[in-house]
Amino acid sequence: MAFIIAENLKKTYGVGEASVDAVHSMSFSIQEGEFIAIMGESGSGKSTLLSIMGAMNTPSSGTYSVDGIDVYSLDSDQRADFRREYIGFIFQSFHLIPYLSLLENVQLPLVTLNLNRKEKIRMALDALEKVGLADKAARLPNQISGGEQERTAIARAIVNDPPILLADEPTGNLDSHTAIEIMGEMQKLNASNITISSFAPPNPKMGA
Amino acid sequence: MTLIDIVFQNLIRRKARAIFVLLGLVISIATVVTLISYTRFMTSDVSEKMDTYGANILITPQTDILSLSYGGVSLGGVSYAVHELNEEDLIRISSIPDASSIAALGPVTMGAVEINGKVLLMAGMDFSVSRVLKPWWVIDGSMPEENGALIGSDAAALLSLNANDRIMVNGRELLVAGILKPTGSQDDQLMFVHLNTAQNILSKQGSISMVEVAALCNACPVNDMVKQISVVLPGAKVTAIQQVVKTRHEAISQFKSFSLVVSGVIVLVAGLVVVVTMMSSVRERTLEIGILRAIGFRRSHIIRIVMIEALLLSVLAGIIGYITGFGATHLTLIYLEHERSILLNIDPFLAFAAVALATTIGLVAGIYPSLQAAQLDPNEALRSL
Repeated sequence: MAFIIAENLKKTYGVGEASVDAVHSMSFSIQEGEFIAIMGESGSGKSTLLSIMGAMNTPSSGTYSVDGIDVYSLDSDQRADFRREYIGFIFQSFHLIPYLSLLENVQLPLVTLNLNRKEKIRMALDALEKVGLADKAARLPNQISGGEQERTAIARAIVNDPPILLADEPTGNLDSHTAIEIMGEMQKLNASNITISSFAPPNPKMGA
Repeated sequence: MTLIDIVFQNLIRRKARAIFVLLGLVISIATVVTLISYTRFMTSDVSEKMDTYGANILITPQTDILSLSYGGVSLGGVSYAVHELNEEDLIRISSIPDASSIAALGPVTMGAVEINGKVLLMAGMDFSVSRVLKPWWVIDGSMPEENGALIGSDAAALLSLNANDRIMVNGRELLVAGILKPTGSQDDQLMFVHLNTAQNILSKQGSISMVEVAALCNACPVNDMVKQISVVLPGAKVTAIQQVVKTRHEAISQFKSFSLVVSGVIVLVAGLVVVVTMMSSVRERTLEIGILRAIGFRRSHIIRIVMIEALLLSVLAGIIGYITGFGATHLTLIYLEHERSILLNIDPFLAFAAVALATTIGLVAGIYPSLQAAQLDPNEALRSL
């Protein structure tokens, strides 16, 4: 049985004549450890699909399950727990909290877990180490480059070992050299059996 | 890293906003503390002053007299039976439950005497408590000794008496030790001598015509004492001089009501300041809340972050507000050159109440913004940017 199963997913914004189908009857399945790239033009529904897959946007119809869990049958708190346990997000704009250091940003997914302070710091440092930023752990996001911010976002996404990574145009704000580095980081993560879905506009170099 | 760490880091980063909320709460708490401290101080001060206004309870024998006097004009009266009080009654008065609130007990024996062919009312009294019972007395001369007399201003004018004159009263010679300056009361028409002297001259040994009581207004309600004295002296008529008591209560009560209303308005305004500022803070942190919700924070975690922030600021505001309010009261009293300002002490109960009030304002005002923050849809929050 596939790890992620989507059946007839549909998301409509608005009502009546003004309604727009952002996602129209989409069905797919993804095996554990797969690396999926979803490409489409701007406005094609990539972000809507990412938010549905991220348990943040209830579809208008259809079902979506991960590891046998019918995600949208869960209540708000259960979906929050699901996101913490199953999903790591990598946003296009990094979305780091500006007044927290890199170490603190990476610790955020661990805040609500019942772990002691030392354990949280160790796990965050391990994650930063994986993306090569352990030596900059005390810096604030505005004290590092765009590529380093993206790597910090990756460290935050993987700090609690989620089985799925959802990346929204992860290289969209980066130069081509840094973009290749970031894709390399993601391939390394995929090699460690993390299922990755990357959402990106058409780009022959990156999509390949 | 905990929720509290996130709160601290946010407060440090958004210092200006935190200081604005803090200032709003500090000013309101300080004002409320100042009003309460000042009201309390004035209450105690007014009560203390009232206690020096002389007798406020009058005990007279139960008589069947129809008084025919009004506004100082007397047309005599009809007495059917007079039961004088005695010295045992004084002991009974001292045994009432609120006896400790009796500042002075002044027995008076009264009777008419003839001096130089004119009839005068003589009052025998205990001069040792006259300063408490008659604080308004100003004497031209001195207090009388055993064989002396103090003459009211009208009586002295009628009899052409001066200090150090000698008078004969029922065959006993008395020295006029002093003349009372006009008081505007019936005292101006009386002659005052020692209680024993009056009882001997009037042949009323051990007999007391009336008792004046100065009760400490601050310590207990005068009306309660009136009831207690009535119980131990069933044959006596006990009357509170209501006007003094009522005036005092009304003045204090009006001041308290004013303080209460002003405090209420201030608390309301402070609450609104906190609500508006925290709502603005929540709006400013939409992205941050969206990120936290996306990575697995529950709604309750978001509520806790906002409420912990409100709690920390309000507790701090309560402490600073009390200290500021205490200092402001002290400075106000010094500015008003109040001689008792040095008696103002730190009140642990008021300090606790100030912190509790600030905390309540902060938490109640934080409820709505925290719920608004928790209601933020993570997808909308992230998409809106």
